[in-house]
Amino acid sequence: MKKVIMGNHALSYGAMLSRSQVIAAYPITPQTQVVELLSEMCADGTLQAKFIKVESEHSAMAACIGASAAGARAFTATSSQGLALMHEMLHWASGGRLPVVLGNINRAMAPGWTIWTDQNDSLSQRDTGWIQFYCASNQEVVDTVIQAFKVSEALAIPSMVVLDAFALSHTYEVVDIPDQAKVDAYLPPFNPPYRVTPDDPRAFGGLTGPEHYMELRYKLQKDMEKVPEMIERTGREYETTFGRYLGLVDDYLCDDAEIILVTSGTAGYTARVAVDEMRDRGLKVGNLRIKVFRPFPFEIVRRLTQSAKKIAVVDRNISYGHHGIFAQELKSAIYGHGGYKPVFGFIAGLGGRDITPASFREVVDTTISHERSEEEIVWIGVKK
Amino acid sequence: MIEMRFHGRGGQGTVVASKILADALAKEGNFVQAYPEFGVERRGAPVFSFIRIDNKPIYDKSRIYAPDHVVVVDPTLVEAIDVTEGLKDGGWIIINSDKKPADFKFPAKFKVATINATEIAVRNKLGTLGAPIVNTAITGAIVKILNLTKLESLLEAIGDVITIKPQNNQKAAREAYEKA
Amino acid sequence: MKPKKEIKKVVFQSAEEMPTMPMSIGNMLWNKTGSWRNIRPEIRLEDCIQCGICWKFCPDMSIEIEAEWPVVNYDYCKGCGICAEECPAKCILMVEERK
Repeated sequence: MKKVIMGNHALSYGAMLSRSQVIAAYPITPQTQVVELLSEMCADGTLQAKFIKVESEHSAMAACIGASAAGARAFTATSSQGLALMHEMLHWASGGRLPVVLGNINRAMAPGWTIWTDQNDSLSQRDTGWIQFYCASNQEVVDTVIQAFKVSEALAIPSMVVLDAFALSHTYEVVDIPDQAKVDAYLPPFNPPYRVTPDDPRAFGGLTGPEHYMELRYKLQKDMEKVPEMIERTGREYETTFGRYLGLVDDYLCDDAEIILVTSGTAGYTARVAVDEMRDRGLKVGNLRIKVFRPFPFEIVRRLTQSAKKIAVVDRNISYGHHGIFAQELKSAIYGHGGYKPVFGFIAGLGGRDITPASFREVVDTTISHERSEEEIVWIGVKK
Repeated sequence: MIEMRFHGRGGQGTVVASKILADALAKEGNFVQAYPEFGVERRGAPVFSFIRIDNKPIYDKSRIYAPDHVVVVDPTLVEAIDVTEGLKDGGWIIINSDKKPADFKFPAKFKVATINATEIAVRNKLGTLGAPIVNTAITGAIVKILNLTKLESLLEAIGDVITIKPQNNQKAAREAYEKA
Repeated sequence: MKPKKEIKKVVFQSAEEMPTMPMSIGNMLWNKTGSWRNIRPEIRLEDCIQCGICWKFCPDMSIEIEAEWPVVNYDYCKGCGICAEECPAKCILMVEERK
């Protein structure tokens, strides 16, 4: 069934079709409609779930952790300051190996007070042990939530499904809503081997000494390393049922490209428009949109950038005192693999400043006209 | 690809108008992208909404700066702001007004159409006398003037989106379609 | 007091044999924390006013109400003394554990 829905409601539909059993969330602009629709679905019986109203995002994640530990499929959504407040609990979810799925609307961090998009909120949670998916269309949001539950539950690692404020959260697009019966066949009920139950009373997350803690973390990392293969496999399974492949990256004309743009989020779709224009001008440019940031898809990124002469990474985020975060990742991915290749790091679109096809033209022009990047960061559209 | 901008005031249903239009266009197999002005909305303040229409997937997620057409839901905005900003040559300016197109002093490179959506809305008891809800009526005029969709698709979309007085809204859209 | 099952400290030799989730291997039905105690609460029921404060305050849920009177579950009571501190009738005494 095709429907015109906003990105926030795409998250709600994803959570509904996944038959989430517990939803605990606190409203924040620009995420509010996600849980608004889910609360309506819970109230009118469309979704058989317990909706828990909480007093903060910290509590929202705590409630999801409790629910997940008890064996329920748990979903929440937040943004920016709300995600920051969840930070401690994010570690509890991943460390506890609880496959909660969280929708995060990328909104820049205050101050100055802001509600517009950039990725510093979710990228600040990079090392919490969560899988991170970055979406570029409402269709991808619905599909990814369903896939995220499947991947998370298979490997006992929580997932974050991330989308840009306004450019996706408030943008209406045509979405093919997957059929419930088919989703049920793709995503069977959550059935963890251990759960909090009076029949088998255990302590969860208790004191763990130096003789065991490191092994727990080793196991989390080892399972994280299994995520890329799991995403590709469940993505192909999804394609068989629903006709849409859900992979680690979205590569566009990369095979013969001399310059590859590395992008993420909605800017990763706008980049395709620019690539088409530049191809018409005879420039061999391709676009590699990173869909999964954690774990970083090293292998496929190396393979797709192999024949490129230069790589231009466009970051809608910044690690102060270093570079754009995707640029760091790219450099570390290709280091030691196949000789020197200049990586240009661009920063654009912070705090909701628009990233347009013209921004990418500027990026490509700079990359063409320089042998190597003269600065660690090239700023696009900043009033210096 | 067609890109359009709607001008209204917060609370007039400007965003809903672009949503209805998106729904109607999607019913006929088009790709659409509709979005409000990015940010905070205040009742009565000038607001925008936007729509992109194409027969293939729309990848451009940047904002619309050079629309093909503009729609002015609130006639007082014509005096308050430049509704033609970035408007492409030959573009339509569709205004909710009881005046005639010639009464507006726009450069000749633009085409002007007027529809008295306020009168239609009041007659169909949409909103209140002081604050009539004109968004459904104006979509009828847009669809006709720009030849975007069949009237039936629009009426169906209004039935799907509007939960309060859907029939009155459909009647208003039909009247505007016939008058425009 | 029921006989205590001997608690052995488990040290895993490999990551593989460890559970994925950080959780107790022991089942709390036999992992009786009462062995941690070196002082024990004793309730003088003749002075008890049945207020239920000891039952409410016990952090280990080791005070149960049986037929409206408080009873200490020594299988799990760790001897923290909070019940004795909070008892308004001062009818709970902490006495040395006799090993």
